[in-house]
Amino acid sequence: MKMLLHFNPQIIKKPLIAEVVLETGVLVNINKATIDTAGGKLIINVPDKDAKKVIKSFKSRGVDVVTLEKPIIMIDEECVHCGACISVCPTNVFKYEADGSVSVDYKECIQCGACITACPHNALKLSE
Amino acid sequence: MVEKTVQEINQKIRDGSVHVVTAEEMTEIVETLGPKGAAKEVDVVTTGTFGAMCSSGAILNFGHADPPIKMQKVWLNDVEAYAGLAAVDAYIGATQLSESRGMEYGGGHVIEDLVAGKSVELRAIAYGTDCYPRRNIETSLTLSDVNQAVMINPRNAYQRYNVATNSSDRILHTYMGPLLPNLGNAIYSGSGALSPLFNDPTYATIGIGTRIFLCGAHGYIIGEGTQHDPTHNLGTLMVQGNLKEMSTDFVRGASLYKYGTTLYVGLSIPIPILNENIAKRTGIKDADISTNVLDYSVPRRSRPTLARVTYEELKSGGIVIGKKEIRTSSLSSLHKAREVAETLRERIKKGEFYLSEPVGKISTKTVFKPMRQTGGLPLVKDVMTDGIGTIKPDVSIEEAAKRIIKGGFNHLPVVSDDGRLVGIVTAWDISKAVAMKKRGKVEQIMTRKVIVVSPSDPIDIAARKLEQYNISALPVVDAKRKVIGIITSEDLSKLLAGGT
Repeated sequence: MKMLLHFNPQIIKKPLIAEVVLETGVLVNINKATIDTAGGKLIINVPDKDAKKVIKSFKSRGVDVVTLEKPIIMIDEECVHCGACISVCPTNVFKYEADGSVSVDYKECIQCGACITACPHNALKLSE
Repeated sequence: MVEKTVQEINQKIRDGSVHVVTAEEMTEIVETLGPKGAAKEVDVVTTGTFGAMCSSGAILNFGHADPPIKMQKVWLNDVEAYAGLAAVDAYIGATQLSESRGMEYGGGHVIEDLVAGKSVELRAIAYGTDCYPRRNIETSLTLSDVNQAVMINPRNAYQRYNVATNSSDRILHTYMGPLLPNLGNAIYSGSGALSPLFNDPTYATIGIGTRIFLCGAHGYIIGEGTQHDPTHNLGTLMVQGNLKEMSTDFVRGASLYKYGTTLYVGLSIPIPILNENIAKRTGIKDADISTNVLDYSVPRRSRPTLARVTYEELKSGGIVIGKKEIRTSSLSSLHKAREVAETLRERIKKGEFYLSEPVGKISTKTVFKPMRQTGGLPLVKDVMTDGIGTIKPDVSIEEAAKRIIKGGFNHLPVVSDDGRLVGIVTAWDISKAVAMKKRGKVEQIMTRKVIVVSPSDPIDIAARKLEQYNISALPVVDAKRKVIGIITSEDLSKLLAGGT
């Protein structure tokens, strides 16, 4: 399961990921990390069965956790199913169905944003 | 021998007995029944395409203001429309960008907004005359407020299109979308076996005056399209249709990142199956349609062709170039192209759309010429410094420093024994080595990945590379990568100043 972590600037210096990994024994995969004066933002991926204890562990350290059911949002009214998103995606989130429409495999998305700029119709956005 | 006329088919549409299928359905029918059987069975084949067609736009007549104005320049939602005709006529082109929003909004979006029934801001200026005294106007209007609103597209329905890929080491943002480095992806356009012009490549039934489906409206072919190139299976059509009858289901503005805006146009041409030859040609399959894969990293008119592939391969999701498997995806929408073909099929079945006989032929011989360029374009070889010093990779850093001082230049190409470029060292590299008390050979401090130009490249290419890579000089190499000179940003600035 993917989750979005928000760190406030007060706790940004602490090795929180390492602490959570040691405490829970769950291997946390970091998909994306950004840090600026407003704090840190991380997207991580953990096995579904371990999600609960990882969330608990982060929350106990003051980290705000949002689970990402749909890391990427396809806006149906805008999408014309061209498929411009397909070949630029590093994790094969998009594919053509037999009827030519484009489908989304949400669990593979790492929120890199490559599809956002590739989409000529402004039909994709990252969920926050 | 089956022989039918357009009038007979229209009679069948009238009495409800017409048999209409899409071009994809027809492929299977021809395969099963053969051309003769298919011609007996089927009366009309509907084709379809839905893709980015940059050469599109619309003529609008706004009606006269009071006091009247002869618009000299006009903007719709801050996108300039061409107003160099009469007083209140203007042509809004799909690729014109918004003056305030840049590439995210353009003429294509204005057209979509008008079709959607949205209100659009009009702003115009004029010089004022005795008969048209007004000098500016600002108003908002919708599609129902304007008199005529006619989409007139100089070039639509490309028979097929080249596939774009990129062999360079950086991402390219093109009108085909983002091309990933090192042949990271390949992007194609066109609907293959559904393509209108591939279903009648001899223009036996498609001509001037053919009634078509254009963005939901019933439009017409008005002639061959610009850049029509029928002998290379790159035919195009010029078309028109009433904007007021269109639907946003079949027309969409679009922006291509770091390229600009365009218009996605849905277009279908009905092919009357008048005889078995026509039926045979509508049996075309994706596997029968080949197109070229071009390397867009070469910024010249003729880009190198890396492979020839079929639409069947393109639609499979991957093509192979050399030993590399490259992921493909489309810029045009097959899903929508099918919807377009199916919508026209249903309209014909219901008797809402009748076929027309063309009143004139579309040429099958037109040649697409390149631009005649007078005022010679300076080439790299005209501007570069030749007879420059080079150095071998195993020479000491100290020796390189001496040569740079002696030669009075900042860049020293590093060449192998047979004169091929293997790296470059600059005065900066040497200063850095000295500052860090590094001793040793040139090969330890040289830059190995050298950006180069060819002597026959126009200087614009050299200038773009210098800017893109933020460097100050480019070694000039021949086809065997032998160094024959160097071109620096100073050479180019001298040229601009008229120094050379």
